[in-house]
Amino acid sequence: MNPIAQAIAWLNDPLNWTVPGGVLDRLSEHLIISAAAVVLGCLVAWPIGLWIGHSRRGGGIVVVLSNVTLAIPVIAMLTILPLTPLGFGRWSVIVALTVFAVPPLLANAYTGVREADPEARDAARGMGLSGRQVLFRIEMPLALPYLAAGLRTAAVQVVATAALASFVNGGGLGQIISAGFGLGIAVGGGQILAGGLLVGLLAMLVEVVLVGLERVVTPRPLRPSRGRRDDARSAVGEA
Amino acid sequence: MFLRATAVDLPGNPWFSVQYLQDNAGAVLDALREHTVLTGQAVLIAAAIAVPLAIVAYWFRSLTGPILALTGVLYTVPSLALFAFVAPYLGTGSRTVVLGLVLYALLLIVRNTLAGLTQVPAEVRDAADGMGFSRSARLLRIDLPLAVPGILTGLRLATVSTVALVTVGVLVGHGGLGQLILGGFRNNFYRAEILTGTVLCVLLALVLDLLLAGLGRWLTPWADRRRPS
Repeated sequence: MNPIAQAIAWLNDPLNWTVPGGVLDRLSEHLIISAAAVVLGCLVAWPIGLWIGHSRRGGGIVVVLSNVTLAIPVIAMLTILPLTPLGFGRWSVIVALTVFAVPPLLANAYTGVREADPEARDAARGMGLSGRQVLFRIEMPLALPYLAAGLRTAAVQVVATAALASFVNGGGLGQIISAGFGLGIAVGGGQILAGGLLVGLLAMLVEVVLVGLERVVTPRPLRPSRGRRDDARSAVGEA
Repeated sequence: MFLRATAVDLPGNPWFSVQYLQDNAGAVLDALREHTVLTGQAVLIAAAIAVPLAIVAYWFRSLTGPILALTGVLYTVPSLALFAFVAPYLGTGSRTVVLGLVLYALLLIVRNTLAGLTQVPAEVRDAADGMGFSRSARLLRIDLPLAVPGILTGLRLATVSTVALVTVGVLVGHGGLGQLILGGFRNNFYRAEILTGTVLCVLLALVLDLLLAGLGRWLTPWADRRRPS
């Protein structure tokens, strides 16, 4: 039987979904871990990013941070953190994923504030708004599309990397793939493929949902003509 | 096993151990070599596919969207899933790792090469056309040289992220330094082994990035040095 037929057969077996440690269990673990990491990332990255963008100081740290985290293997974070005072368990997995969620959130928050229309900022200043009022009433609303774009990038990335938590037995949909490899390719090939399919589909789904969210929070005049602004933003996120 | 014995002998399980490095120099160097080879193969193959793809996307505007979308989808698919797709067909060899890494690196190179090509100033393009360059001659002598900074940005991003991603190859037993990282974890949480793998991984990324940056400077002597690359 070829791997695709095996994978379909595996996915078609209701037992594989409902047993303890089955797809449904793993899916909820995956979502909980990912959501916690993204929320934690937002709590850390947004205030810092907004402040750096507002004060126009320390922009270099954004670039350095995203370059450095690009080079750190996820597996290293996942294996090192449990051996620190964080200890074994779900929190060290969440913190490990947060590390990789922060750079896109930070970069987009920073860029969003920096790119806010300088005339709007000057007008607000002229009307006597204080620095904090400018940040909260002018720059932050104008940065909203960027914040949403950062959230999308970070969330998709976290959902994707959360699959690697299975290397340290940290739960999530990756466990299905790892268990498949444990059975060997001949027997577990279908399960490996099925697990890959589930993880891939979840990442796509998150992407699609958040693209929708991004559109909703972007005021109509700021909406890009299909795709153009998107490129500029991602380039900033990865540079 | 030998490693297990040293792990137990050492008091306090330190994060860094010279003893570990001395006793396991061979294994560490093997892992580093495998890591470097896998990275090199993946990036070179990815570049060999991605640069022509970007040129096609540049010449035929109607194909730009589909090409970016396809590579974008491959980039969105989690690395573990990519390995899972490839493994049932190619088995648990290093070929699986390389193919997974190639699929993942495509987008970074395609997008940056395309950005480099489209940023060639229109006047330069017009001048080349006016001088009677054919399309392929213009590509080789005008467009590609001017797109070198974009291509190199793509190669650098792809290289650095590939170095980090090779570690996921432990899934099929070919993770380079990832073997040390996960091996240490499974070996009574042997910190020295984990940290050695991690540090070497980051250093390898840094060294390769600097080498490519140097290559970029050498290839574009006309570039403005004051701007950060």
